[in-house]
Amino acid sequence: MFDNFPIWPVAASSHAFWEDLLYLFLVAVCTAMTLLIFAAVAILATKYRRRHGREATPIHGSLLLEITWSVLPMGVFLVMFVGGAVLFFKMRTPPRDAAEVYVVAKQWMWKLQHTEGQREINELHVPVGRDTKLIMTSQDVIHSFYVPAFRVKMDVIPGRYTTMWFRPTRAGTYHLFCAQYCGTMHSGMIGEVIVMEPADYQAWMSGGPVAGSLAENGQALFQQLGCSTCHRFDVQGRGPNLIGIYGKPVQLEDGRTVVADEDYIRESIVNSQAKIVSGFKPIMPIFQGQISDEQLNALVAYVKSLSQAPAGQAGTPELKSPGTQPESPK
Amino acid sequence: MATLAVSGERKNYLNAEYGIRSWLFTTDHKRIALLYLLSITAFFFIGGFAALLIRLELLTPAGDLLSADAYNKAFTMHGQVMVFFFLIPSIPAVLGNFLIPMMVGAKDLAFPRINLISWYIYIIAGILYIHCLVTGGVDTGWTFYPTFSTEFSNTKVIEAGLAIFVSGFSSILTGLNFVVTVHRMRAPGMTWSRLPLFVWSHYATSIIMLLGTPVIAITLVLVVLERALNLGIFDPTRGGDPVLFQHLFWFYSHPAVYIMILPSMAVISEIVPCFSRKRVFGYNFVAMSSIAIAAIGFLVWAHHMFVAGISLYSAIVFSFLSFLVAVPSAVKVFNWTATLYKGSISFSTPMLYAFGFIGLFTIGGLTGLFLASLGTDVHIHDTYFVIAHFHYVMVGGAVMGYLGGMHFWWPKISGRMYPEGWGRLAALIVFIGFNLTFFPQFILGYLGMPRRYWQYPPEYQVLNVLSTAGATILAVGYLLPMVYLLWSLRYGKPAPDNPWQATGLEWQTSSPPPTFNFDETPIVTQEAYEYENMPLPEEVTLER
Ligand code: HEC
Ligand code: HEM
Ligand SMILES: [Cu+2]
Ligand SMILES: [Cu+2]
Repeated sequence: MFDNFPIWPVAASSHAFWEDLLYLFLVAVCTAMTLLIFAAVAILATKYRRRHGREATPIHGSLLLEITWSVLPMGVFLVMFVGGAVLFFKMRTPPRDAAEVYVVAKQWMWKLQHTEGQREINELHVPVGRDTKLIMTSQDVIHSFYVPAFRVKMDVIPGRYTTMWFRPTRAGTYHLFCAQYCGTMHSGMIGEVIVMEPADYQAWMSGGPVAGSLAENGQALFQQLGCSTCHRFDVQGRGPNLIGIYGKPVQLEDGRTVVADEDYIRESIVNSQAKIVSGFKPIMPIFQGQISDEQLNALVAYVKSLSQAPAGQAGTPELKSPGTQPESPK
Repeated sequence: MATLAVSGERKNYLNAEYGIRSWLFTTDHKRIALLYLLSITAFFFIGGFAALLIRLELLTPAGDLLSADAYNKAFTMHGQVMVFFFLIPSIPAVLGNFLIPMMVGAKDLAFPRINLISWYIYIIAGILYIHCLVTGGVDTGWTFYPTFSTEFSNTKVIEAGLAIFVSGFSSILTGLNFVVTVHRMRAPGMTWSRLPLFVWSHYATSIIMLLGTPVIAITLVLVVLERALNLGIFDPTRGGDPVLFQHLFWFYSHPAVYIMILPSMAVISEIVPCFSRKRVFGYNFVAMSSIAIAAIGFLVWAHHMFVAGISLYSAIVFSFLSFLVAVPSAVKVFNWTATLYKGSISFSTPMLYAFGFIGLFTIGGLTGLFLASLGTDVHIHDTYFVIAHFHYVMVGGAVMGYLGGMHFWWPKISGRMYPEGWGRLAALIVFIGFNLTFFPQFILGYLGMPRRYWQYPPEYQVLNVLSTAGATILAVGYLLPMVYLLWSLRYGKPAPDNPWQATGLEWQTSSPPPTFNFDETPIVTQEAYEYENMPLPEEVTLER
């Protein structure tokens, strides 16, 4: 019976517990407030219903009451605000060592690629208990990656990266929905997130042919596209040394400082003129339209891997301790 | 009553002149209000028809009744028609137009001809929009998000955008007219602190219309230009930003939800005192909360964009401001409820709608907190939870207020009484049908069913069937008043001048009022809602 008529969504991620807790808190408070108002209206309306011989008593108001019923709700609202903000902060701050999956959305499908190189379409396999971060972009319109069982959602926007993360807590198969209207088959842009026990996941990972990890593909592209002519690791080239830049602040020519997150690295590649690194000339070619979103993901993954633990460990974040400087480039 | 006999013979605004020209070229605010009444009712049917299609399609999980494209066009047309062609003009352009001049003791609005022009602009916009519909329609959703609307949709986006652009000027002119009327046309003795709360709320609404509408106008122009000339403003491959559109769009469209709800609050603030025979509790606070809502309402737009990639810290600021704007709304609800205390409460039809409004608006408002709270919004944003929330506010709140107001002022507008028994029955049906339609959608939303879905996984079916069943009941509830109000025009009892023994100036003149509202300019010596000095209404009007 409850298969056809569920009233509560399955909870399968570490966010879900907190999300449900906050939600239930709001439900409790709001139900109480609703009942209070319904009861007040019902009781007052029957008690003072019109009867012959009894007149209304004129009352103009009460400053004390007005202050009470402005300040009290504000206090309750503040609690909700803080609870929501804290949870949101957590949802928006991926752990540094989360495993990464790159997502490219297009009308009307999801293309995913693991850093290890596995590609998937409309399916995402993840192991129980591992923090997973999605780095997402769209090829056409705005979509939104939504997994109700994980209680996470993030718009997927053309021309930039958005990210989200979760830690699955329960093996199973869950809905993946596109939540942002994206045209004719918006409701068909659905898929599955398959959460597996770590052993099963390892087996799944090792099956199927893979042409190199994302970072390895990125490295090959880095040579092919001539990036390496300017970005050198041994001597100072015409472009900045890319080792260790990921996650660090970058001083820009116009005086601003930005953090080199995925979106910054992406923008530096497709449209390098948007933000010029201090001390360099705007000579880097614009790669907008020259490379596909998938190639871009590989390049970004490669540049990021230059900021990770010793060579060979790139892409296996579990082994990396945050803040470690790379000793030598690969 | 003595006036009963007189009102039949008097010249009034309805029988002052006859013929179609006397209506199409009228500058009488009351006649223009009726022109609006007819036209928004027509659009309510169009929007309602689309709602019917949507609900029928959602009876089954598979997309079977309509094609995917037809479904997308149906919800787009539903949203655009209901918002821009029905709800935004509804109470202001019909009841506001009819009543504001009378409530402040004036002969007409400040600019009677501009008032007529705004109706013509509305009609031109309406024709443009219908033309867009019959030549193929549009499928962007009422929100027009790029890059879908600017590059990928193959439908009549430009036509729809222009129609809504034009309709905006109608709002702007109406708002302008109200603001100037309230400032310049008040009768002697009608000080600001004696203004009925209906006028205060409409004043706040008008300010939002004046400040907000130009922004949506220019935003739609940008979409049209981008589509027509390929400018690249929202196109990331050419340095544009699709999210910029969302900021511009919601900068208007969040305040627009207050354009839709404030007038309804205006109506409730008149009905509750009248049927409780008391001054509204905390007049100053109710009046000022309208202004506070109008002001803070401009600072919360990004709560529609918490998962649209805005920065963490701006999301936190906008979340806080959204909680803040909930306070003045809560204050209003508390004050209306407190007005009942030690009143003499009658359960007439308008009061039943007011009770319905308070209940549904409370639920609508409180569920807004779930969307203002960042953590919960991530999960329920863009699901049926949002659909349920805004229908509780816009249909449960605003349309209940509109219907309550139509019943309350119907005797003044038409000179006839509506049948009270039918009125109460319809109010009850609307309330039940409404809850059955939209309450299941809260559950659907938390389960994760995204909005704008043509087909959906089968586990969501039962709740969707409940919702469609509710919509059928709701439809009956909406059709009933349409029938008996029309019936009453011919067969209703002639209305006395002041059937409810209400205090507003509009009740001092005859029903229906003469063309220039008052035979002589009234002089105001009292606060609003001095119900102590008013007798109870005659039982004729309250037949049990
Ligand atoms: C013609 C030389 C040249 C080539 C070829 C070139 N770059 Fe650059 N790159 C630069 C310069 C100069 C800068 C610093 C100025 C700026 O920000 O545009 C830079 C900046 C960058 C940055 C930002 C670095 C920082 O410290 O913030 C990244 C990332 C980057 N390039 C990646 C690439 C990739 C990937 C390629 C190949 C697809 C590439 N570059 C090709 C010259 C080049
Ligand atoms: C004045 C009355 C109404 C207003 C202002 C209104 C407004 C809206 C708006 C703005 C949308 C969003 C459209 C979109 O996503 O592009 C919507 C969706 C919807 N409305 Fe209404 N509506 C009204 C009445 C109704 C009624 C009476 C029903 C029920 C029969 C209804 C059922 C729906 C449904 C089911 C959707 C969701 C469609 C979807 O996302 O797939 N609405 N409405
Ligand atoms: Cu979609
Ligand atoms: Cu809003």
